[in-house]
Amino acid sequence: MNNQSQVDTPPVPVAADPNAAYVRIANVTKRFGDFAAVDDVSLDIRRGEIFCLLGGSGSGKTTLLRMLAGFESPTSGTIHIDGEDMSAVPPYERPVNMMFQSYALFPHMSVEKNVAFGLEQEGVARGEIKRQVAEILDIVKMGSFGARKPHQLSGGQRQRVALARALVKRPKLLLLDEPLAALDKKLREHTQFELISIQQRLGVTFIVVTHDQEEAMTLGTRLGVMNHGRIAQVGSPSDIYESPANRFVADFIGSVNMFEGQVCEGSGDCLRIASAELGCTVRAERARASAAGATVWTAIRPEKINISRRPPATAPAAAPENLVRGTVREIAYMGDMSIYLVQIDSGKMLRVTLPNMTRGRDRPLTREESVWLSWHGTSPVVLTE
Amino acid sequence: MVAGIPILWLLVLFLIPFLIVFRISLSEVRLAIPPYTPLFTWHNGSPLLQLHWSSYAFLFTDSLYVSSYLYSLKVAAVSTLCCLLIGYPMAYAIARAAPASRSVLLMLIVLPFWTSFLLRVYAWIGLLKNNGVVNNVLLWLGVIHHPLVLLQTDFAVYIGIVYSYLPFMILPLYANLEKHDGALLEAAADLGARPMRAFLRITLPQSIAGILAGSLLVFIPAVGEYVIPTLLGRPDQLMIGRVLSDEFFENRDWPVASAVAILVLLLLVIPIMWFQRLERRELEAK
Repeated sequence: MNNQSQVDTPPVPVAADPNAAYVRIANVTKRFGDFAAVDDVSLDIRRGEIFCLLGGSGSGKTTLLRMLAGFESPTSGTIHIDGEDMSAVPPYERPVNMMFQSYALFPHMSVEKNVAFGLEQEGVARGEIKRQVAEILDIVKMGSFGARKPHQLSGGQRQRVALARALVKRPKLLLLDEPLAALDKKLREHTQFELISIQQRLGVTFIVVTHDQEEAMTLGTRLGVMNHGRIAQVGSPSDIYESPANRFVADFIGSVNMFEGQVCEGSGDCLRIASAELGCTVRAERARASAAGATVWTAIRPEKINISRRPPATAPAAAPENLVRGTVREIAYMGDMSIYLVQIDSGKMLRVTLPNMTRGRDRPLTREESVWLSWHGTSPVVLTE
Repeated sequence: MVAGIPILWLLVLFLIPFLIVFRISLSEVRLAIPPYTPLFTWHNGSPLLQLHWSSYAFLFTDSLYVSSYLYSLKVAAVSTLCCLLIGYPMAYAIARAAPASRSVLLMLIVLPFWTSFLLRVYAWIGLLKNNGVVNNVLLWLGVIHHPLVLLQTDFAVYIGIVYSYLPFMILPLYANLEKHDGALLEAAADLGARPMRAFLRITLPQSIAGILAGSLLVFIPAVGEYVIPTLLGRPDQLMIGRVLSDEFFENRDWPVASAVAILVLLLLVIPIMWFQRLERRELEAK
């Protein structure tokens, strides 16, 4: 009975933070002479996710990828993978594998030997190598191609072999450099989904570098948009698209209509912005508070704008908000939707997209027609930089 | 029509001279002009073909010729190997150098060709003789006390051949190595291969075509080398080029000299065919 008070409370295990950084890039800078290819980049990548680094050429995304692989060393900053500092670790000792843009298959070796190469470096037993190679080739659906040489394969087949070769060692991190760039459109779509399913099946963390937004949005669970060596924004595809953090991201992803304006008043989370460019007042809900008189930019996505021949009934007669008049100048029929270029009074062109909801729509909009453009208060994104 | 020009070239400048030499080798020597017996003699009004295989029989039976052939092959083989061991690292270094430096380095390799081949071989005499630069430096340093016999040895012949033929090994090797994809070595490193492993398993196998080309360019001419063994080599063991020249000019035995030449050609056909087979296999593998 006395023992009760002396019983030690069992230690409570600290739950592993599921969002703990698997790859931590901390203040990494890479200079070539005076030029900073990567400029003070900090990024956390979570275990098991597909993280896409998106950017144009010269944005620094490939340099960052090569630093993760170990082919370049950061000028300053550190990279940790699963808690280990990679500063002094050469590429052949990192738990990282890469799928190269050119695939870089060894031309003098068969598919089987190519895939087996990584396992041979680890000294795995011959029989075990054969088994693992067969397994991974089955996963990428290249099981019957083991004896072929790379020059006897098509582009898509080479890509699968390159993927198999990079995955056979079940690395902690798989880096993909523009994985779909060399494929034609149909194959690209098909391969996108295959990549996702393979990733989910094996649970490997993917980091993909690409300049193709569609690719990034489809593949990525999270995106990192890069510009001139810096991270412009990190977030899920919908975050990046619907809530861009700055003008660069708003303009880089998809199409956008952007206007400069001054904040008239900001009450609660609702801002009123006067824009001469737009020729009306913008009422933006869900916007961050801004001081009156501050210069801001308003971004509205083309699909969020309504086109009608008459002004919407709910519009107040005086001081209309989120409503502007224009003339249709160009129409591009895309099949599933149409793109309208509408010129407003200030002379600026607005881009509006409408899905073609009705088949054989009667009285479709024509060029030089006068229209009213309106949008919901939640549609504008207010940007300060 | 244009395709016929190379064939015409080979015909006039190779096949016909070859047939002439072959024809002479089937004669016997005699004191006349030309100093060999005619192929056809007239006997009772009809032509009689006279082929003498005695020259070839002579070559196979006399130990001087057999040992000269074997010695020539040995020297050429060793020289080719040395050229490969020295030339490969040089070609590799040039291929890895910055593009701007490469042309300079290549020019440095080729520069000696701008001077006379004979003068360069003579220069080696000045370096290697008992009273030459090498011996004098070593004596002065106190490393040796009596001059080393470097000249008129196998060693001097190897030095001479390797020195003269090195560019023929380096240039084809460089041409091959320069085309290698650097991404392959990165891929190998990424998969866990240390630099030496990556070299042995990726670079070396891919450079086999260059090795074969360079080896052929060194081995074939080295077998028939005349100047280098004459100036630098042993007086008691001749290479086949010297034997051929002596036979022709000293002994004035054209048939035997021709037979020596034909046999050299036949001897070389074997390694040439072997090299070509290896090259074809390399090409098919691509």
